[in-house]
Parts: sequence; structure tokens; C-alpha cells
Amino acid sequence: MIAIVDYRIGNVHSVHKAVQALGYDVIITDDHQQLLNADALILPGVGAYQDVMKFLHETGMDEVIYQYVQSNKPMLGICLGMQLLCTESEEYGMQQGLNIIPGRVTRMQDKPKIPHMGWNKLQFKQNEWVQSLEEGHVYFAHSYHVEVEKEEDVLATVNYHGPITAMVNKGNVFGMQFHPEKSGTTGKDLLRHFLALTEKVIVS
Amino acid sequence: MLTKRIIPCLDVKDGRVVKGVNFVQLKDAGDPVELASFYDEQGADELVFLDISASNEGRKTMVDIVEQTAGKLSIPLTVGGGVSTVDDMHNLLRAGADKVGVNTAAVHHPEIIESGAKVFGSQCIVVAIDARYNEQWKDWEVYTHGGSKASGLKVLDWANQVKELGAGEILLTSMDADGTKDGFDIPLTSRVSNAVSIPVIASGGAGEISHFYDVFQEGLADAALAASVFHYKQFTVEEVKQFLQQNGVEVR
Repeated sequence: MIAIVDYRIGNVHSVHKAVQALGYDVIITDDHQQLLNADALILPGVGAYQDVMKFLHETGMDEVIYQYVQSNKPMLGICLGMQLLCTESEEYGMQQGLNIIPGRVTRMQDKPKIPHMGWNKLQFKQNEWVQSLEEGHVYFAHSYHVEVEKEEDVLATVNYHGPITAMVNKGNVFGMQFHPEKSGTTGKDLLRHFLALTEKVIVS
Repeated sequence: MLTKRIIPCLDVKDGRVVKGVNFVQLKDAGDPVELASFYDEQGADELVFLDISASNEGRKTMVDIVEQTAGKLSIPLTVGGGVSTVDDMHNLLRAGADKVGVNTAAVHHPEIIESGAKVFGSQCIVVAIDARYNEQWKDWEVYTHGGSKASGLKVLDWANQVKELGAGEILLTSMDADGTKDGFDIPLTSRVSNAVSIPVIASGGAGEISHFYDVFQEGLADAALAASVFHYKQFTVEEVKQFLQQNGVEVR
């Protein structure tokens, strides 16, 4: 079972459908036990940073996420979900994040147009996990971007008047700044590749 | 680099796709769910549903259609038309829309842009501006109510204001060019695109493949929207993209 964390806001329908279309059982839930028992956890990309962090904290879901990460099962943050994985964000004043991947979320600077909106071609870093995948175009819609502390946590970038962090990875935790569920076949392939991690036996 | 986007627009009335010439004389051009999937497969970069239903019933039908469509699409979907409250936005986003478009309501209550951006994020909020050249002013004027009422606002002033309020994108329709098939309104589009630091989608006037090249190169548009040229298969999204690529415009 794949679990999508329910923040009670915005569009999680598309992620849900995309996972389902790849042949997986999937639920949108805020139930602690269901989240912990999931084979993979997805933090979707909707809402405002502070609202979602506040919600996760008040419902105790932040602790559930920490506990889940300890299990070494795969987790994926999409768009805002990837930003939540970081240490902090300057969206509407400095906000604490989940601090799973050390880094800051800052407003993009020196771009002709913000939000960074539309399709950009992925450029993968040297990494085994992405080696078999195509560097295709994926869909972005964001005004804040992730600056990780450790270069090794970056899995892919795109060029938008300078590099933008497109994918991050640390252990079994992944982040995608773009929306794989809205990124045509490239997005579908990436999502499939992530979900395939649930079929591996994890030796911790 | 970020690619230029081609966006088919489906005008939906009571659950059916229609397209008017100069906003009147509507013709029926098909089922929205089916058409949306068709454009997705053709390589469209995004889709826009514009709800032109006049009744509450029609609007409810729209939420159902969004729900049916969004689950099938692998590209983003923007829904506009009759969005007048943050609740309306919430309903459409929850049903599966990626962005919502506001037009008349934003002119009357600009704070809806700010509230929407704060709750859902700027990237979800598209402000649609219907523009017509005002001969007296020697400048473009914003129209509301499906292009039937002059607002007294200058397009450039309004575009800047919506950007300040947190709009993530402007869908700019030239009422002068719309339905003519003589090409996008280049002067209008380039003026607005230069003036604001958010993406601008040009709309109205597409009749030939080269018009898309012009609106990106000279009009400085970030995306271009068209309806009837695609619905009546004058040419396909794929053909537009091939042409653009051959002429050095980066597309997906």
C-alpha cells in the first residue's frame, strides 16, 4: 500500500490517480498507523509552507514521518513536499521544516519570470539510481527553490537562468521539485522508478 | 531552458466544448474529457477549461468534468470561468485542477487574488485579462463579464496590480484579435510581458502555425493558447511544435 499524506488542502487527486494508474494500491490518509504501515510514503505538493508544517505538527504527523523515515522505507516529497524535507524555508517569514535533508528553501532571485512555470529538461548528477532514466522534460510551478547544504544530496537540476534543484535524495528519501504526476511520460517513468523501490527487500 | 508552452483551450458550456467567434455564435466541438486526453497525447503542454455556463447547475457539472478529466491527464489543467470566491477555487483544485483562473471577480474584488495565493500558492492563481484597444486612450482597456463590460482599468496597470497581489500567471486575451485568425496581438502581448515579472499566456487570434512563432519571438509570450484552430484540426499541436523547433524555439 502506498500512502499519500493528507493535509486537507488542494489537489492530491492527480498524484493519487497517477500512482493508481501505475498499478499500486494507494490511499490518501492522515491516519498514523496507515502512514507507518505504508510501503511508500508520498508528501504531495500543495498549500503554503507554514500552514502545512503547522498542520503536520499539530496532528503529530511530523513525528510519524520521522518514525517512518527510520524504517528505511521509501518516501517521496513532491514540489512543496520536497521543500518540507528541508531544514527551513523563508516563505512568509522563516519557517522550520522537517529537516530530513539539510538545506534551505529560498525565493528565487534574478529570474526574468517568477514563478518558474512550465517544462524544463532534467540534468542528472552522476548517480546510480537515475542512470537508467531519460533526461526528459518535466513540469515545474514554484517560486521558492531548494538550496541543499551537501552537493551529494542533489540528484538532478534544471537550467532556468542558472541551476535549479530539481531532485534530491538522501538514503531512501527522495524529493522532486516538479510534478511527476503532471510531467507526461518522463514524469510517469520517474514515479514508476520510485515506486519500484517498494519491491526491493530493504536490509537495514 | 524553460520551453515555450502550447495550450489548447476548451470553452465548456453545460458539460460540452464550444468555441465562439468573437465571443458569440457558439458551435459544438465535442466532449471535454475525450478532447482533453486527445490533446495530452498530441503533446499539449497544458490545458485550459473555460467554463462559460451561465447557471449554477452548469458550474456544478464543471466540477464533475474536472474530476473526470484531471485523473486521466498527464499534463496540468487550469480551470476558469465564473470563479468568484476562494471556496470556488478550493472546489476546483480539490477536484483535480492544478490552477484556477479568475477574471471578473478579481476586478471587482482584487483581494481574492491575495487570499487565493496565500492559501494555495501563487503558482495556482491565474488572472485572466480580456483586453481591448481603447482608441480614445490610445491604450488597452480591461473588459469583464466575458468581454461585455468595459472596466475603466488600463491593462498595464491591472497587470502590475495582479502581480503585486500574488497572481502566478496572466492569461492575456486580445478581444481585438480573438476570432480573426490574423495572428496574436503582438503589441499588447509584448507590452504586458515586458511590464510584469510573471509568465504571460497569449490568447486570441491564432490562425496559422507561424503566428505561434511570432507571439514567442516578437510578443515575448511565455505560452500561447488557442482553441478553434486545434478543435477544427486546422493544424495540430504537434505540427506547431515541429515548426517552432525547426525555427529555434525550444519546446518540449
